[in-house]
Amino acid sequence: MAVRAEELAGIVPRPRRPFSLGEWLDRGAVFSWLMMAPPILFIAALVGYPFFYGIFLSLENRPVAQPGTFVGLQNFIKEAHDPVFWQVVRNTFVYTIVATILKMIGGLCLALAMNQHFKFKNIIRALMLLPFIVPTVLSTVAFMWMLDPAFSVVNRVLMEFGWPKPGPSWLGNPVLAMISIIVINTWRGLPFYGITLLAGLQTVPTELYEAATIDGASGWHRFRYVTLPLLQPIILIVTLFSVIFTFADFQLVYVLTHGGPQNATALFATYAFDIGMGSGQLGLGAAVALAMLPALAVLIVAISLYLRKKS
Amino acid sequence: MITGHGRIERAVRTWLPVLFFLFVALLPFYWMAITSIKPNSELYSLRANPLIVHVPTLKHYVDLFNTTNFLLWTWNTMLVAVVSTAISLVLGIMLAYPLARINFPGAGLIAIGVAAVYLVPQPLLFLPLADVINRLDLGNTLTAVILTYPTMLVPFCAWLLLGYFKTVPMELEEAARIDGASRLQTMRRIFLPLCTPGFISAGIFAFTLAQNEFLYALIFLTKTSVRTVPVGVISELIKGDVFYWGQLMAAALLGSIPVAIIYSFFVEHYVAGLTSGAVKG
Repeated sequence: MAVRAEELAGIVPRPRRPFSLGEWLDRGAVFSWLMMAPPILFIAALVGYPFFYGIFLSLENRPVAQPGTFVGLQNFIKEAHDPVFWQVVRNTFVYTIVATILKMIGGLCLALAMNQHFKFKNIIRALMLLPFIVPTVLSTVAFMWMLDPAFSVVNRVLMEFGWPKPGPSWLGNPVLAMISIIVINTWRGLPFYGITLLAGLQTVPTELYEAATIDGASGWHRFRYVTLPLLQPIILIVTLFSVIFTFADFQLVYVLTHGGPQNATALFATYAFDIGMGSGQLGLGAAVALAMLPALAVLIVAISLYLRKKS
Repeated sequence: MITGHGRIERAVRTWLPVLFFLFVALLPFYWMAITSIKPNSELYSLRANPLIVHVPTLKHYVDLFNTTNFLLWTWNTMLVAVVSTAISLVLGIMLAYPLARINFPGAGLIAIGVAAVYLVPQPLLFLPLADVINRLDLGNTLTAVILTYPTMLVPFCAWLLLGYFKTVPMELEEAARIDGASRLQTMRRIFLPLCTPGFISAGIFAFTLAQNEFLYALIFLTKTSVRTVPVGVISELIKGDVFYWGQLMAAALLGSIPVAIIYSFFVEHYVAGLTSGAVKG
């Protein structure tokens, strides 16, 4: 028997296991990065690249279909001396702030109304969400018609109550046009607030209300000291989301007023569109769009960190 | 009598605000519907009561189908929404699964990146993207929007699914791994079949977002044959200062119906998707 002692003792080093592709692919990090590679590449190509390319464009004088020339910060300087640009800044902030406050208060009321017990609750909740799911352009066209000064419902009802003819020109007067876009934005965004806050309300334990009632808290006090503090994180996150998408709104204004009258309702997005697509100055348009970035960046970083902390 | 009185008062206090909100939410849809079946003589009459129809007519619908490409736009919209939703779901799963299930260096950073990209609004990107699409020679093709819609839908789906995946217990997958299944097999055979409700939520939400998209479609699709419903309605039913309100309202109503029907089948999933971002995080 030619068995050597070392073999019996098992001290001969086992031959190294051959490299196996299957096992390598099965390692956690390798599997993860391979799996994530396609979506990450996709986002890098169609979000990352355009983002940086947009910064590059904003530094160029770039008429449509012509090669651009590098002009440094001249587009931004031109922007800073453009009174319309500052009007756009003002409009966007007024629009965002007022609409957000209205949606917050209205959404809270909607959630409280929906948090009661009544029949057909599920159907009613589904109907309440319709403004949010129907394509914005289509509902905005309906509002455009509703606000028609001569023939449509709003002014016809006003005149029925004795308003002198002709009724207010909702989209022709600068102040009324701003009010109109704010109201319509609120109409569309309200269900998002309402239904999200409703979901939050339903997580409030009923024992807390019972305890507060036993302690003699009135309805208002229960709302102020039990409901509101518990809803606060949800209100915060919904508001941040809503602020971003209101700040960068395009469709509603493009359809309803095109930014008019006299730029009274022009927002960053519609103004960037007019300059970049309408007058074909891609560079200047990109600079206008990028002017949104500082305010947006603060919000985006805040939300991302907040979501991270929660998860 | 006192209890009866209290019951009425409670009913009023419950229903009054609910009915008020319902009225506000539905009035524009009522107005769309009623306008679309009124003859022009009633639409532009100052004497007829505007809130009701006296002689209903389908003329505006007939005109809409005969004089515009509305059916084609509807088909384009559906095609684009379905394909871009499918792409986004697949890419979203590929992004969310490792982030939710596997510990690896860099996972936290990628998760923040996903949330940040979701929040980047289109107006920030549309001008450079328009140039990219032109250079790829994709202008006036549905491919242009099928490629660009997922830029907002993928991060959205990934974020929603990430939250959903974390709620699924680990035990089944661990058992499969111990039995010798590879990670890919575990994911495909064991994990993904458990997550159908999450996919429906993400899918239905992405679908409504895709139906609603306007800016990219407006820029990339300028020929009538490739337009989607929102762009077609705005660009071709509004000609200068002339408004064909009857046709416009018929188009607005018909354009809203497909998404409303699909949504009505999946309300609960839609609400779950809507609230998951904010409530569950």
